Amino acid sequence: MAEIPKRRPPEGEEIRTGSDPPEPARRGRGVSRRDCLKTLTVAGCAALAGGAGEALAYKKFPGWPDRFGMLTDLTECVGCRSCEAACNAANRLPAPEVPFDEKSVFEEKRRPDAKAYTVVNRYPNPDRPREPVYRKVQCNHCNEPGCASACPVRAYTKTPEGAVLYNKDVCFGCRYCMVACPFYVPGYDYGSATDPRIEKCTLCHERVRAGGIPACAQACPVEAIRFGKREDLIRLARQKIGKSPGRYVDHIYGEHEVGGTGWMYLSGVPFSALDFPTGLPDTPLVEQTKGFLSAVPMVLVLWPALLGMSYAATREKDKEKEEEK
Amino acid sequence: MRNDTLVKTDTFPARFMDKLLMGMPLSDYVRTLITPFNLLAAGILSIGIPLIVVRFAQGLASVTHASNEYPWSLLLGWGLFSGVPLSATGYIMATAVYIFGFKRYHPLVRLGVLTGFLGYLFAVIYLLIDIGRPWRIYYPMAVSFGPTSVLFLVAWHVALYLTVQLLEFSPAILEWLQSRRVRKWAVMITIGMTVAGVILSTLHQSALGALFLLAPGKVHPLWYSPYIPVFFFLSSIYAGLAMVIAVSTLFARFMSDRADRQFLETLEPLTVGLGKGACIAIFVYFAMKLIGVAHDDHWALLGTPHGYWFLTEILLFVLVPGIVLTLGVKRNSARIVRAGAFFALAGVILNRLNVSLIMFNWNLPDHFRHLVPPVKEVFIVLAVATIHIILFRWIVNRMPVLREHPDYEGHG
Repeated sequence: MAEIPKRRPPEGEEIRTGSDPPEPARRGRGVSRRDCLKTLTVAGCAALAGGAGEALAYKKFPGWPDRFGMLTDLTECVGCRSCEAACNAANRLPAPEVPFDEKSVFEEKRRPDAKAYTVVNRYPNPDRPREPVYRKVQCNHCNEPGCASACPVRAYTKTPEGAVLYNKDVCFGCRYCMVACPFYVPGYDYGSATDPRIEKCTLCHERVRAGGIPACAQACPVEAIRFGKREDLIRLARQKIGKSPGRYVDHIYGEHEVGGTGWMYLSGVPFSALDFPTGLPDTPLVEQTKGFLSAVPMVLVLWPALLGMSYAATREKDKEKEEEK
Repeated sequence: MRNDTLVKTDTFPARFMDKLLMGMPLSDYVRTLITPFNLLAAGILSIGIPLIVVRFAQGLASVTHASNEYPWSLLLGWGLFSGVPLSATGYIMATAVYIFGFKRYHPLVRLGVLTGFLGYLFAVIYLLIDIGRPWRIYYPMAVSFGPTSVLFLVAWHVALYLTVQLLEFSPAILEWLQSRRVRKWAVMITIGMTVAGVILSTLHQSALGALFLLAPGKVHPLWYSPYIPVFFFLSSIYAGLAMVIAVSTLFARFMSDRADRQFLETLEPLTVGLGKGACIAIFVYFAMKLIGVAHDDHWALLGTPHGYWFLTEILLFVLVPGIVLTLGVKRNSARIVRAGAFFALAGVILNRLNVSLIMFNWNLPDHFRHLVPPVKEVFIVLAVATIHIILFRWIVNRMPVLREHPDYEGHG
């Protein structure tokens, strides 16, 4: 309840690509203590008065309002790898073994790892063999991330701005986040003995907070990667599909997958042909473990009672036997 | 064989050395160590321990696949996921004897508790080798809490249960150290610790399965089931019983001089009794596995190559050991029960490896190439397992595990 977004999201059309000049962030008025108290009091009263109807409903977090997302239009992507280069520079990652203008990397499928937060893979186009499809892979910044629900030390945060961020200062390296991520995104720095960490896309969080846009979106020469409020992007994606239904598969990948992702995709060929995990549940992954975790307190409370009873029963029998003697 | 009561010395260091060397002069003690098993162990350790050093000096990449797709490898597939169900011995035996009143099985309680304690201790050791920053192992307990995580629960429970089992085993340590007063306290908490042990075990045995609930699509649908926590818990019951049979068999065979007459004389009938328990648990588990397939309506998948492998697991490695155990119980034959128990244990290990490794990422290209562990990792696992056996033997050699201490006979 006490969580108050630090800044008011900018108003109006907010979808931006590299060709738009970056705007400075329009910061909302800081939240004063009085406002805060007022909000808390109102919220507290509301909670006490307790809309009886609401209390019956399932408590649900619909996600941070006005959070940002990305939309990759795979029909536009030309496979130039500018996004990879821009990402590498923006995140000060080590220089690649093969230069970014080298096309031979497409011979095999790559995945993001500790040295590259995003990679582009090439797939044959079943309809037009001469025009291959390129797929950019990076963290999808889920609305309710599996990595975050997996982390036993809460190293992951879904920020109000939309990025899923990782905090290396609490991580102890169990790598359960990597097991849980349905998109095979987090990369681990296996080569480090003293300072190993998870590496993954940050949705250029600092740039976004400073009013900029993610480096890959800025670098894309064909506007295949768009940055904006997630809701606006969904609207835009629908418009695109509506305008040219022949061009797109009628599906926005990421709108509902695992509860919705911040990064979404449009494609001209079926997503399954591009190695997108299909068949994922539409609910956040955390729902899969909720049932189990809610049974935990029951075991904690019921077992001692049942076992205690059983113990008492054995004692009772022993006593009877002794008395018989 | 009660060396610890033969020699009486006065000063504390002398007495302590006496306990360590089992009452022998150092030179005699060293001579007893030269055995074929020890030579083999030395060979394994001379390769494995340097590799563990390499892992901590150069990172995991130096000894494992270091795969981003397969973050958990043999170290955890074997050490944690297979090691923990095999260590269900402690809670199974303590509950049977102290709570449900199967007093006949008392000679096997300490062995069960020790097997469990060491199993968990070594599961943690495998974990410490595997995790990136082992010096932060206590973080989920003290620094940053992630209560939505099943692994958070596992971390807490394994830590607590390790402590509980140390306390459960402490009477044996205290008898060895002849600390009569502290032992009395340690015995007083037996019931409380047993109940705590059952709660913690129920939860983390099942939680190890629940970990994989977060990975739908990665674990093959025949192994991914909403019942997976139940499967893991149920199979831990017969794994615990079978492990007590297996471990007691090995000790009776190789270290019978450390056991008292009561242990050796009652072992066969008790083995058959444990077999009966394992039998019931294994058939319950088998039925649940079938219900799991029915629940998700995965019958059609049984006709695929992955389905054949699933059938191999539940028919050859669950149903058949169940039948062998039944046969052993019917014929009142400890031999057959033992064979069934070893067979059942192989099935539990296979199941855990299937869920955590073999059927994890089943649909990735080159999947099976990833399953062959690097030789270096295998040697680390072998080295840790060897240390496990050596420590187990060290304790059984010295402490009253397979026998009652003469000073404390009939005291809990």
